Parts: sequence; C-alpha cells; structure tokens
Amino acid sequence: MSLDKATVRAIAFLARLDISEEAIEPLIEELSAILHWTEKLQEVDTTNVEPASYVSVSKLYWREDFIDCGGYAETVLTNAPESTKGFFLVPKVVD
Amino acid sequence: MTALVDLTLADARIGLNRGDFTSVELTEAHLRAIERRRFLNAFITETPEVAIAQAHASDRRRRAGQVGAMEGLPIAIKDIFCTEGLLTTAASHILDGFRPPYEATVSARLRAAGAVTLGKTNMDEFAMGSSNMTSYYGSVLNPWQRHSAPEIKLVPGGSSGGSAAAVAARLCLAAMGTDTGGSIRQPSSYCGIVGLKPTYGRCSRWGLIAFASSLDQAGPMTRTIRDSALMLGAMSGYDSKDSTSAQVPVPDFEEALTGEIHGLKVGVPCEYRSEGLSPEIVALWDQGIRWLKAAGAESIEISLPHTQYALATYYILAPAEASSNLARYDGVRYGLRKAGNSSLNDMYMQTRAAGFGQEVQRRVLIGTYVLSAGYYDAYYLKAQKVRTLIIRDFQQAFKTVDVILTPTAPTPAFAMGEQMDDPIIMYLNDIFTVPTSLAGLPGLSVPAGLSPEGLPLGLQIIGRPFDEQTVLKVGGVLETAACFTQRPSLAAAT
Repeated sequence: MSLDKATVRAIAFLARLDISEEAIEPLIEELSAILHWTEKLQEVDTTNVEPASYVSVSKLYWREDFIDCGGYAETVLTNAPESTKGFFLVPKVVD
Repeated sequence: MTALVDLTLADARIGLNRGDFTSVELTEAHLRAIERRRFLNAFITETPEVAIAQAHASDRRRRAGQVGAMEGLPIAIKDIFCTEGLLTTAASHILDGFRPPYEATVSARLRAAGAVTLGKTNMDEFAMGSSNMTSYYGSVLNPWQRHSAPEIKLVPGGSSGGSAAAVAARLCLAAMGTDTGGSIRQPSSYCGIVGLKPTYGRCSRWGLIAFASSLDQAGPMTRTIRDSALMLGAMSGYDSKDSTSAQVPVPDFEEALTGEIHGLKVGVPCEYRSEGLSPEIVALWDQGIRWLKAAGAESIEISLPHTQYALATYYILAPAEASSNLARYDGVRYGLRKAGNSSLNDMYMQTRAAGFGQEVQRRVLIGTYVLSAGYYDAYYLKAQKVRTLIIRDFQQAFKTVDVILTPTAPTPAFAMGEQMDDPIIMYLNDIFTVPTSLAGLPGLSVPAGLSPEGLPLGLQIIGRPFDEQTVLKVGGVLETAACFTQRPSLAAAT
C-alpha cells in the first residue's frame, strides 16, 4: 500500500517524531516500499491460526508479590536532563 | 608460546591456573591491542582503568583460592548491556551521557564468574542493522580484507559488529553480543568467529536495552566452540527479574563436546537453497554436509515451507515491538533533551528527531503504522499468525531431525557503502537467521571456510529449544573438520 503525506504526518505525530518538510517525500517512498514488500504475507492462508505474541518454549511463572527494591529516587534521577526536588522536570503541561 | 592475545578462553584459563601469566598481564596485552587497533572503531567506550582494577582483584581472588568459571579472562561487552556506572549508549545519540545505576543480569553473572571488562563495543544503533553502519559512533572496520582489493573497507556485519571485529582482531578473548534477527550470527560469519544465539529464555534479558522483546537474546561471541560453551554456561540461568527467562537447568555445556555424532540426523532445508544463492555459499554448505556425514551423521532433506515469509513477518513484528520499546526515549528521564518551543509534545518530537538515526526512525514509523487503528489486523495480527506457521514448520522438522544445517548469511562481508540505498536489500542479509529467531530456537554460526577472495564464511546449526548441547556438539565436529585457523590481516600483532 502506498502511504500519503497526511498518513505519514499522522504516524510521525503518534511516534512523536518531528519530520522536516524535505525529509518527508523520500520517507513516504521508503515506508511505502517496505509495507508493499511485507504484503506478500497476505497470500498465506492463516484461517484458524492463532497469533504468536512470543515463543512459548517455556511457561510463565507466578511469583510472590512483594517489594524487593525502591526508595532510591535520587539514584533514579541521576540521569535526568532536568530534575528538581526529587521530581523529573518537564515543560509546563497545565496552564 | 602462543601470544596472549591469540589464546582461547579455555587456554587462557589453563595458563592462569598454571601461573604462566596473571590476569593483569593478560588484560594489559589486550589493552595494548585495543589501543593499536583503535582505527577499527570496535569500541564505543574503552574502560582500561576498570579492566586493570578488575584484573588485580581477580589475581587476588585467585591467590585466595577463589576461581570462577571466567576468572581473570578479559572480554568486551556490546554497548547494549547496561553496565553500572559505565556509559551505555546502544550506539544512539539519544542515550548521550547515560550511566545506568544498575548492571544487566548477564554481565553481572560474567563479572561474578571473574571476567574482566575491557570496554563497550560498537553496534548498529539500537541493534537495528546488519552492517554496523547505523551507529551514531561511526562504522566499524572488518579486520578481514579481500585478497584482490585490500584497500576496500568491509563491514563487520551487524548489529554486534564491534563485538565480532574485536574478537576476530584479538582485542578481547571473547565478547557478549545480542541477537534479534541474526545480530550475533551474521557478524560472526562475516568476521570468522563462533557466535551463538541461545534459545529464547536461556539468558536473562534484564538490563539489556530492548529492541524487540519477543526476539532479543544475549549470547557469546568467541573464537572456538569450547569457548562458546564455557561462556554460555557463565551467562545462563533463570532470573526472577525477567519473566520470560526460563526455569530450566543449566548443564555443563563443555561436557557435550564429545565429537560423537554417530547416527545424528541433520536436516537440510530445501527452501534455503534459493535461486541466486552464490556458488561459494552452496559449495561450503555441501562441504559441511559431507563433513557431518563423514563423522557418522545422516543428512535428511527437510521442508520449512513458510521460509519465504519469514523476513516480511520479522520486519513487521520487530519494528512494532521496537516502536513500543523506544517510546521510553522522551528526553525526560535520561539521555538527550532538545528544548523545542516549550510545549511537552514539541520537546518529545524535537528530542526524538535529533536523537534517533534514520534507520531507527524508519522502523519506529513502520512499527507505529502496523500497530495503529485500522491497520493492526492487516499487518501486525497477520504477521503474528504467520509466525505461528513458521514455528510449526520447525516443530514438524524436529520430529525427524536432531539439528538443521544452513549457511549463516547469503554472502561474505560486503563493502561499506554497498547495499545502503535500499533498506530491503540490507534486510535480505538476515534471510537465513531470522526464521530461527522467530521460532526462538538456538542458532550457532561456525566459521567453516574462506571465499575465493579470502573472506570468512559461516555455517549455521539450528537446534531444538534448550538443546544448545547438541548444537555445540555438532559445531565442534564442524570446527574440527573445517580447521579454521586463519587470522584476519588486520588482527593485533603477536
């Protein structure tokens, strides 16, 4: 399927990527080509086939629900570009 | 005596045990090699001070009688593993300055086993690539050269390209890699080393920067099969911090290396013999079959009918998972931040546009598209269903065979700049490795010969889930038969 500019702009916003005007045309072509290439999957008959979200070579386990870490906000914040008083700092969200 | 940098892990272990040299001497020899081969750009971060301190501590432990499985052995770590206090970038601009306050489980296990960390190796950005050309920190030079044109710079493969180049060039005894669709096996083939992607769940993914969580798996990159077995043993095991890590026993993998494969059934999938496969790869594959037969194995032609759909399936599922995993890079908690025009959304968008390279952006966009309302069923759900069929193909095949033998990659290492114009051409590098990844199976690349141009070529052995023992045993037989002892021309001097 060939994508149009509005669709690419919409996905780019969903993915929170700023795409410049000059980058968008080649990107539309590349993405369309990749999607077109994947469309050969449509020829596979998958009637009554369950989707695989991961490989179930081992089962998932229950574990005790307990707190085994925490209480180190300062450590968590050491890599933050901006922080204040134990919080991450972001641009103003609410007026 | 063999030069220190030419030793295998197993021989270095013997030398250390005998007191022929210390871990400090072994580590210093590798640090000198790294310095002299800096032009390969195999490392993003060298950690000589850490390495020397760890080597001293290892020598002290040894004197006190404490000797772990990897005691005093210097290794390199792909820069996708979080290492406590050490810069960890995943080769992306967006992780500028990130020093994790914690250590990945597998690297912690290797450290606890006594291994010494020489540094963090270069890779494709977020492990997305097959050439190491997408790294923010520049491309890596393959230490192998074409006979007829040594001036042409070749890629080491990817995404674990720095790890593969470092092991091949004798800059470390072994390295940790990760494999999502071939990222350990393909560069191992291109650089003439042994690369093992274990069964999904064999090694913990905790602390491994996520690309596609249902596929990512850590594994050893070494120069011999025995070293692969040794290192896998030290990395493996259940970890309560990773819900997908498996509660299965960790055997002594070295004990499996008996060389005895009499009566073993080796599957040869007819679909992998596609048109256009280069004659040198076909010849090597046939040679591999003959070697295993000569050792008493039986070769059986098998069919994996959905092989032709594996790449398309992978290039929907992996980007979908990546688009979700990479949503965390938002300029708030770590790494790069671009101010934007002061709104939160603008800050996100500017940060991610500046921080992610072209290939990562492409995959994030594809992934977002196939997961978005209206397209989810046609792309993502469809690909998940085809994945089920690919898994079933292998299950069917393993009813009649014990292992499967294929080439690792369709070509030897290509030149930098080649295959760059069309992303789909680049994706074809993973044609033989991706199906195994989708099925979560163990896959091992063994260097088996040289192309007419003198470049290494690998053969891949695929096994049943958690049967790395048989995979390594067959690998050992191939290794003995192939007798691959050539050194790359740009390897560190001895």
